[in-house]
Amino acid sequence: MDVHASLRGVTRIYPARAGRPPLHALGPLDLDLRRGEFLSVVGPSGCGKSTLLDVVAGLALPSAGTVTFEGQPVLGRVPEGIGVVFQEDASFPWLTVEDNVAFGLRRAGTDPAEVRRRVDYALGFMGLADFARAYPAQLSGGMRQRVCIARTLVLRPRLILLDEPFGALDQQTRLLMGDELLRLWRETGATVMLITHALDEANLLSDRIGVMSARPGVWIETVQTGWPRDRDSTLAARPNFGAVSARLWASIRGESIKALGQAREGAGR
Amino acid sequence: MTKAAWIRLALLAAAIGGLEGACRAGWLPRTAIIPPTEMAAGGWRAVASGELNEDMAQTFSVVAIAIMVSLAGGFLVGFAIHGRPRLRRALDPFLGAYYAIPHFAFYPLLIVLFGLGPGPLIALAVMFGVVAMIVATMNGLDRVPRVLGKTAQVMRLTGTDELWRVRLPAALPHLFAGVKLAIAYSFIGVIAGEFILSTKGIGHAIAFAYDNFDARSMYGLILFVLLLVASVNLTLHTVEQRLIQRRSR
Repeated sequence: MDVHASLRGVTRIYPARAGRPPLHALGPLDLDLRRGEFLSVVGPSGCGKSTLLDVVAGLALPSAGTVTFEGQPVLGRVPEGIGVVFQEDASFPWLTVEDNVAFGLRRAGTDPAEVRRRVDYALGFMGLADFARAYPAQLSGGMRQRVCIARTLVLRPRLILLDEPFGALDQQTRLLMGDELLRLWRETGATVMLITHALDEANLLSDRIGVMSARPGVWIETVQTGWPRDRDSTLAARPNFGAVSARLWASIRGESIKALGQAREGAGR
Repeated sequence: MTKAAWIRLALLAAAIGGLEGACRAGWLPRTAIIPPTEMAAGGWRAVASGELNEDMAQTFSVVAIAIMVSLAGGFLVGFAIHGRPRLRRALDPFLGAYYAIPHFAFYPLLIVLFGLGPGPLIALAVMFGVVAMIVATMNGLDRVPRVLGKTAQVMRLTGTDELWRVRLPAALPHLFAGVKLAIAYSFIGVIAGEFILSTKGIGHAIAFAYDNFDARSMYGLILFVLLLVASVNLTLHTVEQRLIQRRSR
């Protein structure tokens, strides 16, 4: 097995703050992310999914344990080769779509002709070519998220981390964006880790789904979907699609109830 | 132009017309106030004659330096405090009460520190303007979505690049409140300082006209300063509106 990124004994504890006790958000957990796979992580709200992504990306340091990417330790700085797409709109509102997409390349000092070539490709790939000169404010939420994906795509990351990137979109747009994401994954050959709370979305997109417990998040199950690499949203019509989603829900239901209790406790504090 | 803008313009025209009529009709004593048309003529004469070139050069250069120091200093100090939450909590009450301080009381001290040249005027104007910029910077940076900071990290930007390429542009519309105040306060600080204690500058020219009962020049120069500050403010307002429009979703 070709391991692309790996976590060993990773724990994340937020220190005590403003009279509140320390918060054990995550772990300890292990993970081997295989090169080229599409892994989704599902779990109840507040179970530490986004914290996990931050730790893998190098945006946050684990309180204990180690993270490696391509054999090198990740030490609180995002390594070259990792791209992240967030749930929130992270497009730069003061830049046009093409300048947004070119931003990272220009900052990295890439040759202008190469920037042009890659930006044109990414805009075409994400269906944004006609909006190159538009500002994000002139686009819909889905298109802005595509700008963010294109901005990640041009940097040619070998590991793409997605933190509920379609969370703010309507169901139909989510399905179509999912198709685009699958196409992107196939064409780039990148490893993808998707954080989502949508079980059907995880089922549709993934080779493997990691199910996390309520806080502190640890693995409770890993589900292999067995879908072919060349797939799209029509997969949802397959008879065994529902069975995978049902299995995920059976696995996560008790944890979601527990998480709801934690949330109520937190609100009452 | 919007309907509200037309109403504003009509109100302004009515006020000017009313003042003109009241002055011409003799309802207001000419020793106290003159008609706006005479103010405009007086201002034009004073500016076009070239008599005030030296004063204007002094005032504008001092205001320009004060604005630059207030904006740059205010932004950098605001940024530095923003990154230190404890220091910010400690300074908050001082910043909140800052404009209750009678800054002119410090003028003698500023003369001792900076001499008799434009130094004390610049210092006074900066004292007026810089805190508005510090507060606006902190409030502006508060409003920069966390996700933009994370995006900068993912793109492996250096701290300086993150500040100039991401945080500053993201906060820019919110900084405009501070920019406008810092510019207005710089004008107030310099003109008022010249009015009281300087031997040069537009403020001094207004005070000189006042002391010599030269109502035409005095009102003319006041009008000139008003128009100048209003033009600067209008330009900034237009830029601000464009920025907001470009970003509003």
